[in-house]
Amino acid sequence: MDNGARAVIFRPMEQTSAPNSVLIVGGGLNGAALALGLAQAGQAVTLIDALPRETRDTPDFDGRSYAMSLASVRMLEALGLWEALDGDAQPILGVKVCDGRVGEGPGPFVMEFDHAELEEGPLGHMVEDRHLRHVLLAATAEHPGIAELSGVTVTDQNVSDRAVAVTLSDGTTCDGILLIGADGRGGAVATRAGIARDVTDYRQSALVCAVAHELPHHGIAHQFFLPPGPLAILPLTGNRSSIVWSEDTAQAAAIHALDDAQFLQVLRPRFGDFLGGIHLAGKRYSYPLNRTLARRFIAPRVALVGDAVRGVHPIAGQGLNAGLRDCAALAEVVTDAKRRGENIASPLVLERYEAWRRADSSALAMATDGFNRLFSNDNPLLRLGRGLGLAAVNASPMLRRKFMREAAGLSGDLPRLMTGVAL
Amino acid sequence: MTGAATVDAGEVAKFDAMAEEWWDPQGKFRPLHEMTPCRLDYITAQIAMEHDRDLCAPSPFAGLRLLDIGCGGGLLSEPMARLGASVVGADAADTALPVARRHAETSALQIDYRHTTAEALAAEGASFDVVLAMEIIEHVAEPQSFVDACAALVAPGGLLIVSTLNKTAKSYALAIVGAERILRWLPPGTHDWRKFQPPESVSDMLRAAGLDPVDRKGMVFDPLKRSWSLSPRDLSVNYAITASRPSAAR
Repeated sequence: MDNGARAVIFRPMEQTSAPNSVLIVGGGLNGAALALGLAQAGQAVTLIDALPRETRDTPDFDGRSYAMSLASVRMLEALGLWEALDGDAQPILGVKVCDGRVGEGPGPFVMEFDHAELEEGPLGHMVEDRHLRHVLLAATAEHPGIAELSGVTVTDQNVSDRAVAVTLSDGTTCDGILLIGADGRGGAVATRAGIARDVTDYRQSALVCAVAHELPHHGIAHQFFLPPGPLAILPLTGNRSSIVWSEDTAQAAAIHALDDAQFLQVLRPRFGDFLGGIHLAGKRYSYPLNRTLARRFIAPRVALVGDAVRGVHPIAGQGLNAGLRDCAALAEVVTDAKRRGENIASPLVLERYEAWRRADSSALAMATDGFNRLFSNDNPLLRLGRGLGLAAVNASPMLRRKFMREAAGLSGDLPRLMTGVAL
Repeated sequence: MTGAATVDAGEVAKFDAMAEEWWDPQGKFRPLHEMTPCRLDYITAQIAMEHDRDLCAPSPFAGLRLLDIGCGGGLLSEPMARLGASVVGADAADTALPVARRHAETSALQIDYRHTTAEALAAEGASFDVVLAMEIIEHVAEPQSFVDACAALVAPGGLLIVSTLNKTAKSYALAIVGAERILRWLPPGTHDWRKFQPPESVSDMLRAAGLDPVDRKGMVFDPLKRSWSLSPRDLSVNYAITASRPSAAR
């Protein structure tokens, strides 16, 4: 027996975190935002991610970006992150929505929103994934209240009366008071906690890429509802836009397999020529579109946030915004409970989080689902109906305002972080 | 039940079942659990203000001696201990105390639970920075002598926080008819409306005991959200009053 083997055998089980720590599994955007929200309010956090930091924090633009609502931007302000992002973010100054058919250009009924109608300012900002990820990762690394374990996966979790313990892929264990699943759509924290997920397959895929164009976009986001599926053109900084384009699964696979030149030939007639000539400005992605909804947000000593609880259709760009709202609500519920001396892992506390987020989330999933089904249909009656609907919304100042506040993430019972106030 | 140090397995099992009941949010103490965040918001804010503590800091109540009169299963004692206070939990009925002790142990909290009364502690000459008498005054036979005993336990510069039910038609309708008879949230006979006190008479009793009432707020139940909130104006059913003992310097 060599010394190395003996060392392994006789090494006591290593404890890698303080027992009063909140364990967050998944160091992506939601996991990092929640870690910061909790740590800034004085809660010790252990952030566990399967990938090493270097792999997650890459400076190259990869074409991914997010339409962050005004409420999400305010949360980043409250967390002290927005200053570092502002220069790389494109304000969304207006939205144009129209019904169209490939090759025919915009349909006759157009819904238009301008940020000047909303006293709070721009409806949101377009932020590139690389910038957001970098700023979040840098902030979690700097915060003394956050311990990071990168490049390890959780292989088991055990909940007792007093604590929750996770076993890591390197053989160590980690104790905490509360376990957060921020581990995505198929995340195993929920599965191990016995929380089932319902999955709806849309039989569509989203093609995502960034393009550079000749003419300025003036900060306007465009959404064309085309029969195979919607096409969104979202403004990035400079003369660049992010494209999110949905097609039936087989069609999307065929388009995704094309080379860049052929891909642009398919895109151009859908895109129209209002931004002049276009070319690709990053990688191309294809994501199968499905909706997953966890049946519970919580289990004993466990809570889920982000895609781990609800993966929605990315048509309205609401996935990240909803995830951040989970994080803002959970950080607030936990912090308030802690400051009044409650056991933050008690079912009474976790149920407050679930009650707050449950209605909101299923409503969102249903709304984006219905919205997409309504608009991914070539039935002339439906086309006329939805055109009249858009026109009606467009003509009513009250409905317009309601639509815009919804899009800006300002409706409902907003968590304090999303009003720009630190916890 | 005696304070015997030897533990009988049957008794332990009984206490475990009772502990589950006291601390089960779906059990018979559910109304108390629902009300507790609101009560804690009031208590923590008053202590923080009068003793100049920052609730955002770790262990904000460190160094404070706190007495929880009528502590029951420890629903308030535990949060106070978690915030750093040195807590004595006192209950005249001893059935809940073993439950409270066992639960505190599970919660890894140090709490001194005693089978005693405010009067007995006052006779011993005990003194505290904070005395809590939450939802207890409506159950005692002689409210003024109870308040006198509580007040005697408050150190100079310390606080007494009292919560109870107002003597109004609305409190009769909600606490007696609604909570006990219709909704069955509380066992019938839990409350005797004739023992309820209006805020003015509680304030008078506190003054008579040598304390200065410094704050009062209502605790209002929203039946749709099933949640409680503090109200500066609506003291018509549940309310709390804070009174302080002037410090020696004053």
